[in-house]
Amino acid sequence: MTSEIILQAIVTGLMMGLIYALIAAGLSLIFGLMEIVNFAHGEHLMLSMFSSFWLWSLFGLDPLFSIPITILLLAFCGVITHYFLIRYILKAKMLIQICATFGLSIFIRSIAQLLWTPDFRNVDKPLLEGRIELGSVFIGQPQLYASLVCLVAFVGLYLFVTKTETGLALQATAQDRHAAEVLGIPSNKMFAIGWAIGLGCVGVAGGMMANYFFIFTDVGINFALFAFVAVALGGFGSIIGCLYAGIIIGLVESLGGLLIDPSFKLLYVFVIYLLVVIYKPQGLFGRY
Amino acid sequence: MDKLITAKSEPLWNTNNKVVSIVYGLITLLFALPLFGLNSFYLHLFIMIFMHAVMAQSWNVIAGFSGQISLGHGAFFGIGAYATSFFYMQYGVTPWISIFIGIFISGVFAVLIGIPMLRLSGHYFAIATLLIGISFQVVFQRWDLVGAASGLWVTMTPEDSWIALQFHSSKLPYYYIFLIFFLISFFSVWVLSRSKLGYRLRAIRDDPQAALSLGINVSNYKIIAYVISAMIMAPMGSLFAQYILIIDPDRVFNIEISIIVLLITVLGGIGNVWGPIIGASILIPISEYSRIYLGGTGGAVDLILYGLILMIICVFRPNGLISFIPKDILERKKQR
Repeated sequence: MTSEIILQAIVTGLMMGLIYALIAAGLSLIFGLMEIVNFAHGEHLMLSMFSSFWLWSLFGLDPLFSIPITILLLAFCGVITHYFLIRYILKAKMLIQICATFGLSIFIRSIAQLLWTPDFRNVDKPLLEGRIELGSVFIGQPQLYASLVCLVAFVGLYLFVTKTETGLALQATAQDRHAAEVLGIPSNKMFAIGWAIGLGCVGVAGGMMANYFFIFTDVGINFALFAFVAVALGGFGSIIGCLYAGIIIGLVESLGGLLIDPSFKLLYVFVIYLLVVIYKPQGLFGRY
Repeated sequence: MDKLITAKSEPLWNTNNKVVSIVYGLITLLFALPLFGLNSFYLHLFIMIFMHAVMAQSWNVIAGFSGQISLGHGAFFGIGAYATSFFYMQYGVTPWISIFIGIFISGVFAVLIGIPMLRLSGHYFAIATLLIGISFQVVFQRWDLVGAASGLWVTMTPEDSWIALQFHSSKLPYYYIFLIFFLISFFSVWVLSRSKLGYRLRAIRDDPQAALSLGINVSNYKIIAYVISAMIMAPMGSLFAQYILIIDPDRVFNIEISIIVLLITVLGGIGNVWGPIIGASILIPISEYSRIYLGGTGGAVDLILYGLILMIICVFRPNGLISFIPKDILERKKQR
């Protein structure tokens, strides 16, 4: 095992980590806002990849250009989810909230399986192809651009939440929705916006990953698990924590796969999760 | 510590007399039912209802009583299934013994998993159990000793055999075995729910802080609940393995098992002993019939229904179908 291979694994891990970070940021935003964990997050990711795939296969639109449409579709999906499901369970017990979003995840995944069969698909000959050689390290172009776009989106999300008026209103609602309502911030609207933005993040990640990843109905499960872990690692509700947590997970996954055995990479991430939630339950950067 | 808690548990039979006689009637009916000549489809349907009712009951102990949502309960089902098949094939141990080995291994695993994880609560625990469920599947898929991904094909006995617990000519013995396990598990959980332990668990569920301040050792009781729950789940895995005689990681560690136990309990009424039974007797027929009429070619129609039912129940009837029955029918009115 040479240093080049390890360097290669680090680069791969970093690139995956940035994608995990953006997916987790969406989850974290929703959780911070209304204390609901979206167990259907992976299925929303799957929907975004399929949206990208169908726009390519039906209209010949390259995944790169269909990203705005995918984001809008997913944001719309988020508003629908809030309007038809989440709205009703805001005051319910946590157990019911978990069961409801878990039910949503089963529902979306099985509908997708019925409509599109469990076949593996991929986008043939996207605009982003090939790889770059940096010294002895190979970087796939689609992977590189996907992680860069995710990083940009992440920074955009962070600036939006901390600098704009709507973002500050979101934060106010997250801190105390009743006090925010007294100040004239309609919490229901903020929740809908939160869902739209949270799933919009997933839209970006899914749209970029459609360039190189296999697209199938169960694709979301692993990503969602990693996103849950990232959110717990970064601290529930902390957006900047997701960035570090996502990168840590990406590195653990690729280095663990390289040094021990790639088929158990889920377990390494799991061990990290257990260690963090036991010894530092508020997460590395948690607000709570 | 025990002296501090003076609340007495309810007497075991403090239930409406009518309900008691209805229950006795139903039990007699269930024992007599095969005498009316059920064909093997209906026997299968009843076996599935019994099995899923027990599995859901097991989940009910940890989620409904102590309030910890486990999304990976299929792991214990799989351990039970692998225990009987593995020990029978490798050492020729009769399933009657290895069922208990399975229960024991499940209990040990529940302690090992429970000690670190039950210090977590809420979402943290739910996510951790989701990971546990999938980790077990991943490990068994790659563990050569137990057949890795192709699983274990239990060697068939040429004839029906009570020692090997294999019946090829009729499903009738399976029916009675499952029925008896169903009754035992149901009765034990019922006793549990009315014991001090049951009340302490519900106190933990409703308000962990208050329970702690009353001197209840919250994490110990959560572990006890988790172990009991795992030990109820494991024999169902063992019996299921004897029933179908082929097990593989994708079948017995499937996440669908964890989903369906949750769904049955939430549908019937979470935290209520009757909930899983009501849930299973409604959901399993729906699932089996939808498989017949809507086709089983990877369509996943039954899963779509599950997801939909789960969401509808959560929104409109968070206490499950049992909440349609007025409470004073189930409990005898106070006679003071």
